[in-house]
Amino acid sequence: MSRPIISFEDLGKRYQLRHQASGQSYVALRDVIAGLPSRIASKLKGGLRGQSGTSTEEFWALRHINLDVQPGEVVGIIGRNGAGKSTLLKVLSRITDPTEGKVTIRGRVASLLEVGTGFHPELTGRENIFLNGAILGMSRNEIRRKFDEIVAFAEVEQFLDTPVKRYSSGMYVRLAFAVAAHLEPEILVVDEVLAVGDAAFQKKCLGKMQNVAGAGRTVLFVSHNMTAINALCKRGVVIDQGQVVFSGSADEATKQYSEHHQICQFGEYRPSAQKAAQRAGKAHIVLARVTSPSQEGTGYFPCGSDLVFTIHCSVPVGSSVCLGLGINSRMGERVVTAHSSTQQTSTKSTSGELRFECRLSQVSLVPGTYMVKVALDCLNTGYEDDAIDDAFSFEIVNSALSRQTKHSHKGVAIYEQTWGIDN
Amino acid sequence: MTTTSSNIDERPDFEICLEPGKSERHYWADLWRYRELFYILAWRDISVRYKQTVVGIGWAVIQPLLSMLVMTVIFGQVAGLPSEGGAPYAVMVLSAMLPWQFFATSLTTSSASLVGNAQLISKVYFPRLIIPASAVITSLVDFLISFVILLGTMVWFQFVPSWRILTLPLFILLAFVAAIGPGLFITALNVKYRDFRYVVPFLVQFGLYVSPVGFSSAVIRDKFGETAFMLYSLNPMVGVIDGFRWAIIGETTPFHWPSVAISLATALLSLFIGISYFRRVERGFADII
Repeated sequence: MSRPIISFEDLGKRYQLRHQASGQSYVALRDVIAGLPSRIASKLKGGLRGQSGTSTEEFWALRHINLDVQPGEVVGIIGRNGAGKSTLLKVLSRITDPTEGKVTIRGRVASLLEVGTGFHPELTGRENIFLNGAILGMSRNEIRRKFDEIVAFAEVEQFLDTPVKRYSSGMYVRLAFAVAAHLEPEILVVDEVLAVGDAAFQKKCLGKMQNVAGAGRTVLFVSHNMTAINALCKRGVVIDQGQVVFSGSADEATKQYSEHHQICQFGEYRPSAQKAAQRAGKAHIVLARVTSPSQEGTGYFPCGSDLVFTIHCSVPVGSSVCLGLGINSRMGERVVTAHSSTQQTSTKSTSGELRFECRLSQVSLVPGTYMVKVALDCLNTGYEDDAIDDAFSFEIVNSALSRQTKHSHKGVAIYEQTWGIDN
Repeated sequence: MTTTSSNIDERPDFEICLEPGKSERHYWADLWRYRELFYILAWRDISVRYKQTVVGIGWAVIQPLLSMLVMTVIFGQVAGLPSEGGAPYAVMVLSAMLPWQFFATSLTTSSASLVGNAQLISKVYFPRLIIPASAVITSLVDFLISFVILLGTMVWFQFVPSWRILTLPLFILLAFVAAIGPGLFITALNVKYRDFRYVVPFLVQFGLYVSPVGFSSAVIRDKFGETAFMLYSLNPMVGVIDGFRWAIIGETTPFHWPSVAISLATALLSLFIGISYFRRVERGFADII
C-alpha cells in the first residue's frame, strides 16, 4: 500500500455555541461593552455566575477522528444530520481550522460543498462559468479549454448570455453542477449535491461522478442517499456524534447505517427532554405521529391505508409558520413530500400552540420501513426553524392489494392493475 | 500559466498539514497561486457595480464633481481661503478630492467586503486577503474614471501640469496603503462585531474635514506652526493630498519631505497592524461569519 493521500490523526473540532436571548447570530460590540460590568462583577465574586444574557456551551462536532484514505479510493461518508460529516469536509477543505489533532493532505483538494458557490445573479451564464470556476480553483485556461464541454453538459447553450437571475432553478443548478463536475483535482470532496435537480439530471451527475471516480482520483462523498453511495463508493465510513463508528466496505456501511437507523422512534416522535429544554421558547415540534382511521394503534399500516399525520407544535405567539413532511425509504430516498403551504401559505399562531393534520389517501407504498422527516419553518426572520430528520419511522405491511399484485416488492408504489391482453 | 501552477501542485512532495493554530507556511505562495481568483473577483465587482443603474458609470464622475463645486464655493468663495501656487481653487480642490474619494471608497468597500462575501467564505478555501484586496480595485477604476474631470477642469482653466504629474502613481499607491491597512483591520473586526460597519461612514465623513481636501495644508502650517503640522501629517491622507497637489500644480507648491515621510510611516504601520490582525483571526472567519 502506498502512502495515504489523506490522513486524519486524532482530529477534533470544537464549536462554541452561544445561547443568546436576542437570537442574534453575531456579537455586537455594544453588547460586549454593556455586559462588561456584570462580567467583571461576577469574576470578582469568584465567577459563580455565568455571563449576563448569554451562555456559551462547548460542542465537539468531531472528536478523535482517525482515518486514512488511499489514493484513488472513493469513500462514502454516511451519518445523520449533525453527525459531523459536513464539519469533516470543511476541515478537509481548509475552510475551518481543526481544534486538535492533525490532517495531512498530499494533493490538490477541490471541494464542492454547495452547488453554485459565488454565482452572481446579475452576471450572465458565460461570466458565471468563469467566476465559479475560479472560485473552485480552476485556472482561466483550464476553464476556457473545458468551456464547451461545460455548456453542453449543462444544456444551457441558448441562455449563455442571459443573466442567471433569469434562469429557471433547474437551469441554474445544471450550470452550477456542470462547472463543478469538470474540476480535475487529485482529491474531490463532495457534499450532498446530488440532492438537487430533476431525476434525469441526477442520473447524469451520478454518471459524471462515476467517471471521476473511475479516472483514479480520490473522492470523498457525503450523502443521505444510500443508493448513490452504493453505486459510487467502494468504501463507506459511518460517522455518528462526531466519531467514526464504522469503516469498511460501502455495502456494509450502508447496511450498518440503515440498521442503526431503526433506533429512531417508531410510530410517533417526542423530543428528548434535553432537546425540549434546548428549544424552550423557540418554535419546536412537541409531538408528531402517524395513525390510520381504519386501524387501531400506531406504526403498522396495511398497504393502501389512509394515513393521518398529526403534528403538535409550540411556537412563539404571533409567528407565522408552515410545516413540511417528507417520507423517505430506508435507503434514504424521498418517496413522498407534503407541505402545509399547499393549503395555506402560512399559519399564524395566536395561542402559541398549533396542531397540523395531514391526511394522505390510500398510501400504496411498497411494504417496508419508512422514515418521516418533519420540518417546522418559521417565516418571520430571526426565528429558528425546527427540522427533524428521521423523526420517526413506520411500517407498511402486506395487504390484499400488495399480495394480489405480483413482483410488487420491486419499485416504490403499488397500484391496482387491470390488464387487457389481446391474443 | 496553467502549467506552472499545476507543476507546483503535482510535485510528489506537495503536502499540506492542517493543525490547530498553526499559520500556514504556504500562505504567501498560496496568495500568488490564487491570483486569478483575485482578478476575477475584482472583475465581478466592477462589472456588477453599475448594472441596472440609470447613470451607470456616471456616478464615478458626478460625486467628486459636485463635492468639488461645493467645496470651491464654500472654502474658496465664502471663506476666502487662499489657493496653492497660481492654481485655480477648483483645480486645487479637485487634486485633493480625487485621492480622497479613492481613499474613502477603498476604505468603505474593503471594510464591508468580508461580510458581503460570507457565502464564499463559509464554502470555499482561499487566502481571505483576496477579498478586501480585490474590493479596492473597484475604487481604483472609479478613480481613473473620475480623473477625466480633473483633465477637463485643467483644460477649462488652461492649466498645464509639469512632468511631475508622472509621479502620481506613487501617491495613489500611498493612498492605497493608507486605505487597505485600516480596511483590513475593520473588515476583520466586522466579522465578529457587526457594529464596526457604523464606524466607517463616520470615519470617512470626519476624515473629509480633518484632511486638507477643501483647503490647502499650508493654511494649517501658517496658522498652527511647524510642530503642529508634523502632528497633522500623522493623518496619512495629508501626505497623499500634498503629494497630489505637488504633482499636479507644480513648482509653486513646495514638497514637504518630512510630512510625506510621516504620512508614509503611519500608512505602513496601519498596513502592518491590519495584515497581522487579519492573519491572526482569518482562520476563524468561517466559524463566526
